[in-house]
Amino acid sequence: MTSLPPKRPGQKQLGLVIDLDICVGCHACAVNCKEWNNGGGAGPLSDLDPYGARPDGVWFNRIHAFETGEGEDGRTVYFPKSCLHCEDAACVTVCPTGASFKRAEDGIVLVDEALCIGCKLCSWACPYGARELDEKEGVMRKCTLCVDRIYNETLDPADRVPACVSTCPVSARHFGDLGDPQSDVAKLVAERGGVALLPELGYRPVNRYLPPRRRPVAAAASAAAETAAESAGSKLLRWVDQLLSR
Amino acid sequence: MARADRTRRLSKPERAAAEPPGDRVATTTCYMCAGRCGIKVHLKDGRVRYIEGNRDHPVNRGVLCAKGAAGIMQQYSPARLTKPLLRVGERGAGQFREIEWDEALATAARWLGEIRARDPRQLAFFTGRDQSQALTGWWAQQFGTPNYAAHGGFCSVNMAAAGLYSVGGSFWEFGEPDWEHARYFLLFGVAEDHDSNPIKIGLNRLRQRGAKIVSVNPVRTGYSAIADEWVGIRPGTDGLFVFALIHELLRMERVDLGFLVRYTDAPWLVVRNPGGADDGLFARDGAGRVLAWDRRSNRETDAQAAEIAPLLVGEVTLADGRRAVPVFQLLAERYLDPRYAPDAVAPRCGIAAAAIRRIARELAVTAFEQEVVLDQPWTDWAGRRHERMVGRPVSMHAMRGISAHSNGFHACRAIHVLQMLLGAIDTPGSWRYKSPYPRPLTPAMKPAGHAHQVAPGQPMPGPPLGFPLGPEDLLVEADGTPRRIDKAFSWEAPLAAHGLLHQVIRNAWKGDPYPIDTLFLYMANMSWNSAMNPEGTAAMLADRAADGRYKIPRIIYSDAYFSEMVAYADLVLPDTTYLERWDCISLLDRPIGGAEGPADAVRQPVVKPDRDVRPFQDVLLELGARLKLPGLAAADGRPRYRDYADYIQRHERKPGIGPLAGWRGAEGDAVAVGAPNPRQLERYVENGCFWRHHLPPDQLYFKHANRAYLESAAQMGFIDRPRQIVLQLYVEALQKFRLAAQGHGPAQPPARDRARIERHFDPLPIWYVPFEEAAIDGARFPLHAVTQRPMPMYHSWGSQNAWLRQIYDQNHLYVHRRTAAALGLKDEDWVFVVSHHGRVRCRIRLVDGVNPQTVWTWNAIGKRAGAWALSPDAPEARRGFLLNHAISEMLPAGGEAERINADPVTGQAAWYDLRIRLEPAPAEAGPADRMPALVPPPGMRARGGA
Repeated sequence: MTSLPPKRPGQKQLGLVIDLDICVGCHACAVNCKEWNNGGGAGPLSDLDPYGARPDGVWFNRIHAFETGEGEDGRTVYFPKSCLHCEDAACVTVCPTGASFKRAEDGIVLVDEALCIGCKLCSWACPYGARELDEKEGVMRKCTLCVDRIYNETLDPADRVPACVSTCPVSARHFGDLGDPQSDVAKLVAERGGVALLPELGYRPVNRYLPPRRRPVAAAASAAAETAAESAGSKLLRWVDQLLSR
Repeated sequence: MARADRTRRLSKPERAAAEPPGDRVATTTCYMCAGRCGIKVHLKDGRVRYIEGNRDHPVNRGVLCAKGAAGIMQQYSPARLTKPLLRVGERGAGQFREIEWDEALATAARWLGEIRARDPRQLAFFTGRDQSQALTGWWAQQFGTPNYAAHGGFCSVNMAAAGLYSVGGSFWEFGEPDWEHARYFLLFGVAEDHDSNPIKIGLNRLRQRGAKIVSVNPVRTGYSAIADEWVGIRPGTDGLFVFALIHELLRMERVDLGFLVRYTDAPWLVVRNPGGADDGLFARDGAGRVLAWDRRSNRETDAQAAEIAPLLVGEVTLADGRRAVPVFQLLAERYLDPRYAPDAVAPRCGIAAAAIRRIARELAVTAFEQEVVLDQPWTDWAGRRHERMVGRPVSMHAMRGISAHSNGFHACRAIHVLQMLLGAIDTPGSWRYKSPYPRPLTPAMKPAGHAHQVAPGQPMPGPPLGFPLGPEDLLVEADGTPRRIDKAFSWEAPLAAHGLLHQVIRNAWKGDPYPIDTLFLYMANMSWNSAMNPEGTAAMLADRAADGRYKIPRIIYSDAYFSEMVAYADLVLPDTTYLERWDCISLLDRPIGGAEGPADAVRQPVVKPDRDVRPFQDVLLELGARLKLPGLAAADGRPRYRDYADYIQRHERKPGIGPLAGWRGAEGDAVAVGAPNPRQLERYVENGCFWRHHLPPDQLYFKHANRAYLESAAQMGFIDRPRQIVLQLYVEALQKFRLAAQGHGPAQPPARDRARIERHFDPLPIWYVPFEEAAIDGARFPLHAVTQRPMPMYHSWGSQNAWLRQIYDQNHLYVHRRTAAALGLKDEDWVFVVSHHGRVRCRIRLVDGVNPQTVWTWNAIGKRAGAWALSPDAPEARRGFLLNHAISEMLPAGGEAERINADPVTGQAAWYDLRIRLEPAPAEAGPADRMPALVPPPGMRARGGA
């Protein structure tokens, strides 16, 4: 068993805020994540049978599409899912070797592959299905919040965000310290009623999802917009007298 | 307990935070779709490590889609060809011998040289998703063949032609919504297809500002999923829906008469002379100027004069005694007709009449009560200063769901008419031109290829593609026989501005209108996803005449990948990837500029090819030199250009105008027009591989009528003269074809085309039942079937990518729950999609978010077994399917002679017109289609590809 760092008030909790109101399901985040991490410190993200009958591989982030409601109330929702960096991360406490751990300094949950034995206890413990075993490497893989980007001083400061955040074409992904109520991400969550996933399970996930907004009410028709139905002929006559200058 | 708070050794990802991702970064331009985003490629030890968006780039501003990020796997794909190939077995059997480049080029030059000396039309040169059309089209012109086009006839010619004849720009490539000021956005028929990242960036901007997004699309995915309102229209009825909106706006008197009078042909007088040769043409004075009726002086006047008060409604008698009415009256009469009322069109469109009325009201309220006012003075074409720019914040965008129907030209025109009536063209908040557009109306470029323009051993005097303005511009023989192999610019497809790629193989196979010798294709997967009827097309490619010769004697193909087309080539010229070559995204071709100013870009080689492949553009230039084509060979017979990079810098289309507009002139300080600069590419690379010019603030709107803009556009060579570009509600060129069909003039359509031309060449937009629907028994084929482009994939080359195929490796057919229930079908059932043409097997998924009369699937995921270096049992071949198998390139045989499945105005392939029924099918047992597996060529097998 592995312990979590002691909790401190004002503890830094880096995480993602994902806006389901604008996510179009384009998979840009998922593929950019795969690309960054495959060749980086958290990689490889192995592919199995990439050109064969059962192409499969490790992804830190997968996009699920589903429909809710029917008819006029129906909508299609895209739901990107990755590690939520829980405050009470069961994947950490269940780890028999200390490979899974939560960083005291910023709350990121990581796997130290030097210690990982690929026993999969953590993936069983995670209620969100956020961890994937790399069958080729025999170790567990998961989102690192791009720890090798966000603190990487060889990168332009603007690039020191997770790859998924940097690439998202609709800016549906936000990154920051959710432990600080004054942070931009915390304010965004407050303003938009951001939610945690399955809070009732008690793992206290850090990431938040911004729910789809209610659609704007149709623009009120102004009085001028409505005129009584009349024949085309009388309508045309009215335009005869228009005096308009070029 | 391990790992309690302690000083610890860093894990591998933490240690990586101290290292840069690669040892070198190079900028270039993406080619994973047609969007042409700027990218930064991080390299490590000479290999691609990471590709990200270039934050400085005007197209994508730092973001990158799934396709772009998967470019690394495209680079290292096992499906890449390795060496030139010469066919040694039967066509389609995939038996090749590897040859050296010199033999390949000598062979191609011998074949092409023979036919150029005999009859240049014997070469049909068609390029697919080619981004070097400024070169390939010019090459065809120098060769002397009119038989050239790219894939626009399949994709979007209805959009391009409708836009360029109506407003001098078009959706996607030549225009964009004003994302920063629009308050209402109406999106028609757009899945991922065009424009990829800019639309996504823009949708977020609209959402941030609280603008309303309305998506009109039979399918509720992607952009339709996040829209504030999804209008699940029945395919092929968009034109009717737009007419109902127009009807409501006219009925409510909510049209921008001031805009119409100043900026459109609304007051232009149309001759009313039923049966006469001038009926329906604009009334002109002796000097050829179009006339309007000035209400102040109460007489006819130059319609383009500035200070007139033109009549909009009423019939007048001209000085020469003829009767005439303004365009606006014809328009109002037509669309106020009760048959276009919301209640009349609602059942056919599958949209509630109340919703149509509400959307019309919302458009009116947004346009006229929520004006966007910018405190920006500007001067109009007549020299009048305006203190502010006042805009109608209603933006529109449309693409595939409009274009790929046989009534798509008119549907797209209808949308442009709606924009004009709202005064929502190039104003703050509306749709805006991307510089270098707008172009003059009417379009200036005519297609070359008339009998006197084609001769053995000679170039053509003009480009093979253009914009006919009347029957005299058609490329036909005296008896009406088409002169082009694809029959573009013939009576069958008069305004075929992008050619008809989809008809080339069938016509060449039939020898209709004449046999050809060599079919030369580039990046066009014509035996598969770029064909309607792929199985029949493959058979035609391999078919032999009675004498044993192939009916299409020679096929040359260039591609970087082992696509389904490779097996049908006699000679294969392997291309590099987009990361291995120079390219230019040229203002002469399909520019990447935006409303804020023109822009162009280059690709530079960022990795070296590790195999014996060459950039197709280099090969084409060398072939041209070997053929001694004018402009391609120097006087001493040696190549005029060392390679494509050399051509990009030194070629001039007109004095001072070349492929790239930036850093021209010997010193690199000239904009758009200037002498070639030997260091131009260097300057591009220094600037991140793109160039952009920022228009000053007074030129950002009303470009069609903005004097400062028009003058600067003329200086930069975008337009010939700084004249107002008057937007065309009424397209007179169409009426000229109609008059011919009514028997007027020397150029007459053949009898079989006469009624078709008369009906469809209406100068105001019309709507008609799509041809396939009109030809089949609706009870036998009750459903529409369409495809949507999956966001992470672009055509067949995206669906072979190792990462992208982990997202989608098979495609289901999506069926509305109620529709499935009525047919007794359950989720995951196997069915046959059966059309008048054929059938293909697939598996269904039940959904709510689709028009109930429509089924849909993702396009280009299904693959032919063995192609693209995938194993023959890949799910793409066994469980995925290509809907194209159910689509015919011809309309169902009726009483009359066979007809192409295409728009009658432009020849655009009407693959969204498909009608089908569903029949139960046995569960998976072999491939979805009946085509045998392909065998990879020798070099790929040696490298372990499949």
